[in-house]
Amino acid sequence: MKKKLYVLLSALFSFLIVLLAPREAYAMHIMEGFLPPMWAAIWFVVSIPVLLHGVKSIKKLTDENPNIKMLLALCGAFAFVLSAMKLPSVTGSSSHPTGVGLGAILFGPSATSILGLIVLLFQAILLAHGGISTLGANVFSMGIAGPIVSYLAFRTLNKSGASKGVSVFIAAALGNLITYIVTSIQLGLAFPGEVGIMASIVKFLGIFAVTQVPLAISEGLLTVVIYNLLTKYNENELNELSLIREVKS
Amino acid sequence: MTMTKKNLILILMVIIITIIPLIVVKNSEFGGADGAAEEMITEIQPNYEPWFNSIWEPPGGETESLLFALQAAIGTGIIAYYFGYQKGKKQTR
Repeated sequence: MKKKLYVLLSALFSFLIVLLAPREAYAMHIMEGFLPPMWAAIWFVVSIPVLLHGVKSIKKLTDENPNIKMLLALCGAFAFVLSAMKLPSVTGSSSHPTGVGLGAILFGPSATSILGLIVLLFQAILLAHGGISTLGANVFSMGIAGPIVSYLAFRTLNKSGASKGVSVFIAAALGNLITYIVTSIQLGLAFPGEVGIMASIVKFLGIFAVTQVPLAISEGLLTVVIYNLLTKYNENELNELSLIREVKS
Repeated sequence: MTMTKKNLILILMVIIITIIPLIVVKNSEFGGADGAAEEMITEIQPNYEPWFNSIWEPPGGETESLLFALQAAIGTGIIAYYFGYQKGKKQTR
């Protein structure tokens, strides 16, 4: 009886492994040269205005409030650490969190796009991870689209009375997933092949859909950890910041 | 529950989520595999040639891990400085 159960279990297990294991996913950023020039240019055109707005908003924020600079540096540092960690996932491949959710929640998406740009530049120049020609597209997915969704999710949840912890978790995790979804869309648009844009997008989505879920959860949890620390040591500054943002919007 | 306890539990959850794949999935190197996307692109559009190459690439795995560690170390340094500073500031108040 015991033996039967054992056989059954191991059969089930190996089935699951076969189902999950052999597909490899790509790391999040689009590699150097892997967008046709036209698409590379389009994403630069889309991203640059947001980046310019980001510079302005950071300047305004820090002019009015020099204390806030350190908090901004913290958000950048957090993105630096998280995007350096390639975490293993259930599909047998690795990918990394973005870490930009924190910045998005505290400073809003346009300021966060600058943080994303810094991380992406570091990785493109020193690590051949992502690329200069694809920088516009990668800034859009990781520095703009993800943070916008994180920011909106946090605001909506927070207003609807969800606890801070839950709001931060969902916002950061969702931002991570969106980044990958946008990357697939970008690749699908650029490489419709013979199957067409939609089918191509689905193909790219399929590569990482499962890979990304546990990483998104990890990113959400880690963002809550750092947010908790902030509320413990730095509640005044947080309140000040949300006050400034409320007035502005 | 204190904040520290809560955070420790959250970090423990992250560690568990990270370890599970290593135990469950056998025979995998957990490649970061930007390569898989290249494969997919060449599968969909066989005639695609990358038109731009990386300006510089780490010569090998060792240098690459050095740079990744550097990236994480810079970030961690700033984070540690920040919270140390804030804690000190709070205590002297």
